[in-house]
Amino acid sequence: MTTERELLLDPARRIFGDYCTRQAIETAERGGWPETVWKALEDAGLTLAATSEERGGPGCDLADAFSLLKVAGAYSLHAPLAETLLAEMLLSAAGLPPVEGPATIGPTLAGAQVQLQRVNRQWQLGGVVHRIPWARHASCVVVAATHEGRPATVVVRKPVVRSRMENFANEPRDTVDFNGVVVDEGDVAVERGMAAGEVHAFGALARACAIAGALEAMLDMSVTYAKERIQFGKPIAKFQAVQQLAAVLAGEAAAAAAAVQTAIEGMACQPSAFDIAVAKARASEAAGTVSAIAHQIHGAMGFTKEHALHLSTRRVWSWREEFGDEREWAAWIGRHVAKLGGEALWGVIAPIPS
Amino acid sequence: MEHVKLTNFIPPGSEVAPRLAALRRQARDFLAQELAAGGYTRTAAGWDRYDPAFSRKVAAQGWIGMTWPKQYGGQESSYLERYVVAEELLAAGAPVRAHWLADRQIGPLLLAVGTEKQKSEILPLIAKGECYICVGLSEPDSGSDLSSIRTKATKVDGGWLIEGTKVWTSYAHMAHKMNLFARTSARTEADRHAGVTQFMVDLKAEGITIRPIYNLADDHDFNEVIFDQVFLPDEAVIGKVDGAWSQVTGELAHERSGSERWMNAYGLLVALVDRIGKGASEYDAEQVGRLVAHLSTLHQMSFSIAGLLERGESPMVEAALVKDLGTHLDQEIPAVARRVVPEPARAGLDPADGFHDMFARALLYAPSHTIRGGTAEILRGIIARGLGLR
Repeated sequence: MTTERELLLDPARRIFGDYCTRQAIETAERGGWPETVWKALEDAGLTLAATSEERGGPGCDLADAFSLLKVAGAYSLHAPLAETLLAEMLLSAAGLPPVEGPATIGPTLAGAQVQLQRVNRQWQLGGVVHRIPWARHASCVVVAATHEGRPATVVVRKPVVRSRMENFANEPRDTVDFNGVVVDEGDVAVERGMAAGEVHAFGALARACAIAGALEAMLDMSVTYAKERIQFGKPIAKFQAVQQLAAVLAGEAAAAAAAVQTAIEGMACQPSAFDIAVAKARASEAAGTVSAIAHQIHGAMGFTKEHALHLSTRRVWSWREEFGDEREWAAWIGRHVAKLGGEALWGVIAPIPS
Repeated sequence: MEHVKLTNFIPPGSEVAPRLAALRRQARDFLAQELAAGGYTRTAAGWDRYDPAFSRKVAAQGWIGMTWPKQYGGQESSYLERYVVAEELLAAGAPVRAHWLADRQIGPLLLAVGTEKQKSEILPLIAKGECYICVGLSEPDSGSDLSSIRTKATKVDGGWLIEGTKVWTSYAHMAHKMNLFARTSARTEADRHAGVTQFMVDLKAEGITIRPIYNLADDHDFNEVIFDQVFLPDEAVIGKVDGAWSQVTGELAHERSGSERWMNAYGLLVALVDRIGKGASEYDAEQVGRLVAHLSTLHQMSFSIAGLLERGESPMVEAALVKDLGTHLDQEIPAVARRVVPEPARAGLDPADGFHDMFARALLYAPSHTIRGGTAEILRGIIARGLGLR
């Protein structure tokens, strides 16, 4: 792990530690904009983690930026950090100027589309898109749209939120109406930038990172609780039934961490669609197993609002669905390898860089 | 014991990548040429086949005992290099079982605790692909509880007399030597693992009877090995008398973390990828893609552990975790095969189609993976201890 990365992650851990207390997260979840924590993230430069030096950022690489999202996931950060970083990645790829945060991106679901058209010499959008994260609070939505079947990147300032929804963690996931929205020439890039599939993949990696971080936190909480909780005169950690469960939990959390880390490191040089697919499929699957076991170990206490476990479980239950669940990505992997054939499978798993 | 850290599964840095990539290419090309030239064939048994001729070819490449000092026939390569070559051999379905244990664990054991004579005599032979060694550990009344072994070594003038029976000894009928675990002192409640000694046994020694134990697939891999007053000279002792357990724990990370723990049904996975083909249904693609995601993740995890070994660490807990996940994947592959290619679909396949054999092998062997080399329950106990729960 690079020293530069620690220079980013160390202050991040301090800020998350200070601001992501259970009370603070619960208050934030009840509504409103998490101004305090967002200001702290901005002041520390963390919202620019994906911004290159020439675009006014600190010059971290993207592997560092995604590592930050893993840490944020571990602390149940309730703020659109991932979305702001993803928005900058889209803008940068499209050659559009950076925007003031907090920003967000869309679409986030496979198959959802926004059409960009020329109408009366103006750029006009069409489409209604569900589940746009934090749209109600965002300065803009950076949209991966299509123009005459080709990818286009569009900055939509002051998005029209048609309905407000939240995921299980009360993170805003709004429905945005793009129909008839007219955008300035300077907010549009056609034939440049990322295709919708790429945006979907980077979003998936962002969520996989957050899941991996949260699973690690759930493992820690479960181990601590099992050692503290006394039943039948001894800590429940002393029961083989509990030990065997915890071992399975650790295995799933470790697998998610390994899959995610491989995809993260790829971001520094050559992002790999396969590695990202593996990371999201594996982490999303682990999210289910780890949550179930962590709750089993925590017993009734873990089911209460009082215990912090639910901050992580409600988040991983949400994040595993976003930017493609484990089934969607497993099917992507299946189609990818089936197209290449069985003989080529090993070369996909253990590629030889040229 | 040091607590397991999830960060230990982070693959080693890219600074080693170019050299490893070149080696991987070299191994992959060699195997492709050998396969094309008939140097080996692929069968449903994959890498789990005894083929001395092929082992000698692997040795000629310098790929047995890679990490050992040159004076003992090694290449002084890193564990990461060994990992890459080993993984390529397994993935190619090359028959490498003959030399596998000697290369993976007996050689490192001798290097760690062996005498100069043992090292200079045995290691070069292993590295040449001419000495295969099995492990005599389990007994009729000693499975997961290995501290309970009863095979007895009694001190006599100039050596030891061995009396007892080993079971589940894979390939004892084909190996040259056995790494035998025998009791040299009584077991005490204070230290249940004390009193066991490792010996290097020449399997041609007088008094040894080797009998096959056929497995449920009707294959002969296991054996019962009976020692009837077998004399072993003093120089057969490996390391310290009564010191087996402390010697063997270091070796377990090598034994449990490798790709062979998740590469036992790989041939069936390849067959499944071909079977679902380009027009795969969503269901089939998802089922097979999930297995690929798991396999790819295990590949990264095993590689990470090779990185820890290279740094001189002894990642026992991490290795247990990989074996637990890996062996369950070996069991899931035939389970998925049942769903993706159900009985009516299999019935329609040509009787000569290789899929039948691949499926049968993976299904019939499935129960063995989570038992051999440490049961899932034992491994999970080790992981729990690593988490600080025990």
